[in-house]
Amino acid sequence: MRRVGLWFGLLFLWLPVLLLAGYAFSDSRIPFQWGGFSLRWFHALAQNEQMLESAWLSLRVAAGAATVAMLLGGAIGWVLARRGPFAGRALFGALAGAPLVLPEVVTGLSLLLTFVLLQNLTGWPAERGALTILLAHGTMGAAYVAVVVQARLAGMDGTLEDAARDLGATPATAFRTITLPLMAPSLVAGWLLAFTLSLDDVVVASFVSGAAGTTLPQRVFSMLRMGLTPEVNALALIILLLALLAAGAVLVAMRRRTEM
Amino acid sequence: MRRLPLLLPTLWLVGFVALPLLVVLMLAIAEPGPGVPPFLLPFGWEGGPVLRPNWEPFALLVEDDYYLSAFIRSLWVAGATAGLCLLLAFPMALGIVRAAPRWRAPLLLAVLLPFWTGFLPRVGAWIGLLRDEGWINGILRGLGVIDAPLPLLYSDFALFIGMVHAYLPFAVLPLYASLSRMDLTLEEAAADLGATPATVFRTVTLPLVAPGAAAAFLLVFIPAAGEFVIPELLGPSDALLVGRALWQEFFQNRDWPVAAALAVALLAVLIVPILLFQRLEARR
Amino acid sequence: MSLLEIEGLSKHFGSAQALAGLDLRVEAGEFLALLGGSGSGKSTLLRLIAGFEMPDAGHIRLAGQDLTAMPPHERPLNMMFQSYALFPHLSVAGNVGYGLKRDGTPRAERDTRVAEALAMVGLQDLAGRMPHRLSGGQRQRVALARALVKRPRLLLLDEPLGALDANLRERTGFELRALQRRTGASFIMVTHDQQEALALADRVAVLEKGRLVQIGPPRDIYERPETRFVATFLGAANVLEGTRNREGGLDCPGLGTTLRASAPLPEGTVACALRPERIVLNGPAQDFNSAEGVVEDVAFRGDDSLLLVRAPGGAVLRVSHAEEDGPPPPTGSTVRLGWEAAAVVPLSA
Repeated sequence: MRRVGLWFGLLFLWLPVLLLAGYAFSDSRIPFQWGGFSLRWFHALAQNEQMLESAWLSLRVAAGAATVAMLLGGAIGWVLARRGPFAGRALFGALAGAPLVLPEVVTGLSLLLTFVLLQNLTGWPAERGALTILLAHGTMGAAYVAVVVQARLAGMDGTLEDAARDLGATPATAFRTITLPLMAPSLVAGWLLAFTLSLDDVVVASFVSGAAGTTLPQRVFSMLRMGLTPEVNALALIILLLALLAAGAVLVAMRRRTEM
Repeated sequence: MRRLPLLLPTLWLVGFVALPLLVVLMLAIAEPGPGVPPFLLPFGWEGGPVLRPNWEPFALLVEDDYYLSAFIRSLWVAGATAGLCLLLAFPMALGIVRAAPRWRAPLLLAVLLPFWTGFLPRVGAWIGLLRDEGWINGILRGLGVIDAPLPLLYSDFALFIGMVHAYLPFAVLPLYASLSRMDLTLEEAAADLGATPATVFRTVTLPLVAPGAAAAFLLVFIPAAGEFVIPELLGPSDALLVGRALWQEFFQNRDWPVAAALAVALLAVLIVPILLFQRLEARR
Repeated sequence: MSLLEIEGLSKHFGSAQALAGLDLRVEAGEFLALLGGSGSGKSTLLRLIAGFEMPDAGHIRLAGQDLTAMPPHERPLNMMFQSYALFPHLSVAGNVGYGLKRDGTPRAERDTRVAEALAMVGLQDLAGRMPHRLSGGQRQRVALARALVKRPRLLLLDEPLGALDANLRERTGFELRALQRRTGASFIMVTHDQQEALALADRVAVLEKGRLVQIGPPRDIYERPETRFVATFLGAANVLEGTRNREGGLDCPGLGTTLRASAPLPEGTVACALRPERIVLNGPAQDFNSAEGVVEDVAFRGDDSLLLVRAPGGAVLRVSHAEEDGPPPPTGSTVRLGWEAAAVVPLSA
């Protein structure tokens, strides 16, 4: 009896996703209508040059943004968890966490205005597109990575680095041989999180690249605006499988448990 | 050497978080202009520094009912979404906490995974379900409950379904965290002291999860207040919300100062919930 | 020259003074226990010696070499951490070999020395195991082997037995002392457990509020505490206050009698320590070192019983009554207490 709420919630969350996955294989021209099993929409997708181009752009941007986010967010998380007190720490923490709580439209608009202003003053960035999306997504992703890394380090015995120093490791060696391996699973998880975040974003990408931009989510968004096509179902299923793969990878990364 | 790991993130955060917020603030008091970009800076150099703030965008926000009602409606939508999420998430979090230990991680994963499956495909799935020719109308017609399709899509109903579906995992997580931290013997102690199960829930469980519930509410409320994609794709076409208003000012009207003023106003409205949320997080 | 010389060491955190001008010498091959409550500064002292904190003032010298400004990785001493701080991503052998690797010890020699160190603590079969698969006692031994493998002349141990079960603690304590004898290294052990300190150490240093209040062999410290704090912190002695009279005795109004000590008493108001186990029941009646009182409570403790006896002057004495002397007097009965002059130890503060 107590479980009813749980099962209802799970059904609500999963039903659309499962239906979507199933109907991706429907032969019917009308989305969400069963017309027999077929892979025709996957074929159609594979033939859609524009779509493939967008997917390729999105994957490259997401990989770049995730890498930036991992490096930056890793450093931020480490600073917040391990570097003790310093002047301006509260402000540093607030700025690091801001992208988590700012509405997307605000993040998008504010970054775009900054890019425009920078371009007028310095000539950089010369154009708005892949690079500006990457910078924006990297900044947003870093906030998520920082949270994951900080939580991981906070759960670790703070004397581990002391022990390494005591055994003869310089600060740099202690970081390389102890701190970094301990952070590694959270860095991997953070990278994947930032990657999917970037692959999922329409709003910020639209602002910093112009509304007619060409990332995959932007294209899907305009398709959905026009109305649903079975192609979107097939694409959604592919995204879903990729996401499941990524989530599995995160799980494996986090599972490499190193409890004390 | 020791300063480097602090210096680079600081520079980045100043450049891509602090500076953009200041730029929005500045743009909100800039003069719209005909050129590219379509604005004039609110300060300049004419033999000395001059300030020429333009308060019109803000005046417009206050005077024009259009924007005011957009704000009121956005807050209502965000609050209702957060409330609905809490109502749904609480029994879910409770169910997971009370499940056998080996089931907890898989159940939690089952809640979080849809969140990873792409936001747009899920919205798309709801379009497919709610359309006139969609699944739900099909079933209802098949059962003979209705003759003509119900106009489900592009309604407030669809809007809330989509919002709750998108934000539900955000509400489950903090609730689960605070419920799983709770000492279960506290409830037993209350029962031992003569409280009925209902009284135990009201006097012990609820007060103890209150911070978690508040965090869950805010975690949904804050992003929902500025949401653009879900109202655009599922809601009524005339649904006036801040996120959509901002988008239109920027992309359709190309009135950057008004868009910036809307962003500043949205931030001003959200600053209290944001600070409250950060305070709740810091206390954990 | 002592192995470790500490002079005028001071350290504060914010407004809290953790160490206030502490002087300490530790000889080669000595086992020293730093004993104190929480906030006494004992852990701070250990972290200053290891180099994790910088002192505000003072010097630390090891074998004549000034360590004060040296970073931790260059200091020729090692530490065993209270949490053990085993690297969770490295195996037992990886943990023990970590320090040797940092010194650039060749692979072959490293393997031999790791094997030796593990054999020394009886863990030769677990070299490949990961830390989270070890029991608490095994982790403690890995931490010990890791700290000893570099053959430091000085080993710092932060509550080395603190995380162990009570029954494991005694055995591990004996092993710890045997290891110390075998390696010939000096051990400095921080502990809050007075029995541990008395049982293991050659000398015990008692710390209170960042100061060294007394240092000496365990028996001396126990039998001749110099301050009220030492007397009550170690073995919970009775502290009796009185004024010295003309005959050199101590008039003690709380007890309603006069104390006589074998040591000369200073002038004025004096406090003396009297251990519960030095008081005998039903001793001979005399006009000094003897009092009558009413038993207020009795607690059975296994090998003895603790009696709370109220003297006519209002003072309550803790009295130990050995089991072999028969059943303790019942609550409410009146007893005569007596003790030797040698049991009365004048305190300076």
